[in-house]
Amino acid sequence: MTLNDHNLRYRHVIPAGDFWIHEIQAGEHFRIVDLHGNQAVDTLFYNAKNYADRYSAQDTIREQRNIYLTTGTRLMSNFGTALLTITADTCGRHDTLGGACSNESNMVRYAIEKRHMHACRASFMKAIMNWPGLEKRDIPPNINFFMNVPVTPEGKLTFEDGISEPGKYVEMRAEIDVLCLISNCPQLNNPCNGYNPTPVEVLIWA
Amino acid sequence: MFEETIQPGASWSHVLKHGTALRITDLEGGANLGALFYNFECATERYNMPDTLKAQHIARLTKGFVLYSDMGRILCSITEDSAGWHDPLAGCSIAGRDSFVVELEKWGLWPRDLVANVNFFSRIDVAADGGMSYHEGNSRAGSSVELRAEMNVLTILNTCSHPLAQHEPKPVHLAVRKVAPPAEDDACRLSRPENGRGFVLTERYFA
Repeated sequence: MTLNDHNLRYRHVIPAGDFWIHEIQAGEHFRIVDLHGNQAVDTLFYNAKNYADRYSAQDTIREQRNIYLTTGTRLMSNFGTALLTITADTCGRHDTLGGACSNESNMVRYAIEKRHMHACRASFMKAIMNWPGLEKRDIPPNINFFMNVPVTPEGKLTFEDGISEPGKYVEMRAEIDVLCLISNCPQLNNPCNGYNPTPVEVLIWA
Repeated sequence: MFEETIQPGASWSHVLKHGTALRITDLEGGANLGALFYNFECATERYNMPDTLKAQHIARLTKGFVLYSDMGRILCSITEDSAGWHDPLAGCSIAGRDSFVVELEKWGLWPRDLVANVNFFSRIDVAADGGMSYHEGNSRAGSSVELRAEMNVLTILNTCSHPLAQHEPKPVHLAVRKVAPPAEDDACRLSRPENGRGFVLTERYFA
């Protein structure tokens, strides 16, 4: 299908460090644009009719036999539902092993004194505070769009500088009605945002 | 304290108490043990795959590494391991998932409490392009791994086959014993500065 101004039904800039929660209907196309480059976008999807059926990192990578997400990847739920399919990707590789930062994981990874720093899982908590049907137990490991986390043959996990650039985008088609939850990552302790969190744009074509 | 065998394709659950250890043995070779871990006192705190991987910069589990909860605490430490590699990436089969859910429901938990699981005794190789493949022959008969509980850990296990394996489920043997608390020079505590902080946060929970 052609994505143009005529069928664009929604666009919104998520400010640096902020969150976003929104429904996307089956058949709609959803695009996330890394406006300034190297911005991790921590993202979860749920079956809009049953939030227990939600994005699963393990099911997604196992079903495609590859740890990286890119064009052609079907984003799978923990109950085997194809939630969305990635239809375009000008970045080339996205992570789903690194999860979301939290106050607590920052204490472990960097220093106990980092507890106060703004983190994705606190953004997720804020986002679901007024969204009936979602609570903390509904936050499984997420996708990190535009983030680069390679695994070595020896089983090491490394956080590399991003491979995204200003204007790079990833686009997906919703296979069923889904709810999307995003934390535009505020992390300042590692290179996942180039040490400078920036806004991203989300667009939905009907 | 006690021993038990989990038959092929069967499930098991227990609250592994702080100060005890669970030794798991692959009886025949080629076993897979799917595992989920929760803080028994507050089950919304549970094993977190990404936090475990990124705190230790690993995509495999073996002796010296620990299993983190989402709250910056250590649920279990891997204090012994003769298999050398346990898979934290590939998740579970449909049979394994259903088995997890049945066992979770016995403790008042639900499908929405399912999270990414560990596969003990199995290994997944990751190629440079990200491709994942099942590594045959990772665990031999008699391979064992020991988990020391650092909290009171609701442990949910099943012996369903690894989702990328082509063979039938195998049995594992379990033995629970009392162990000393982790010393100042404990290998898991010292394996990374992150784990040193993880132990401090876990010890503060009981303070």
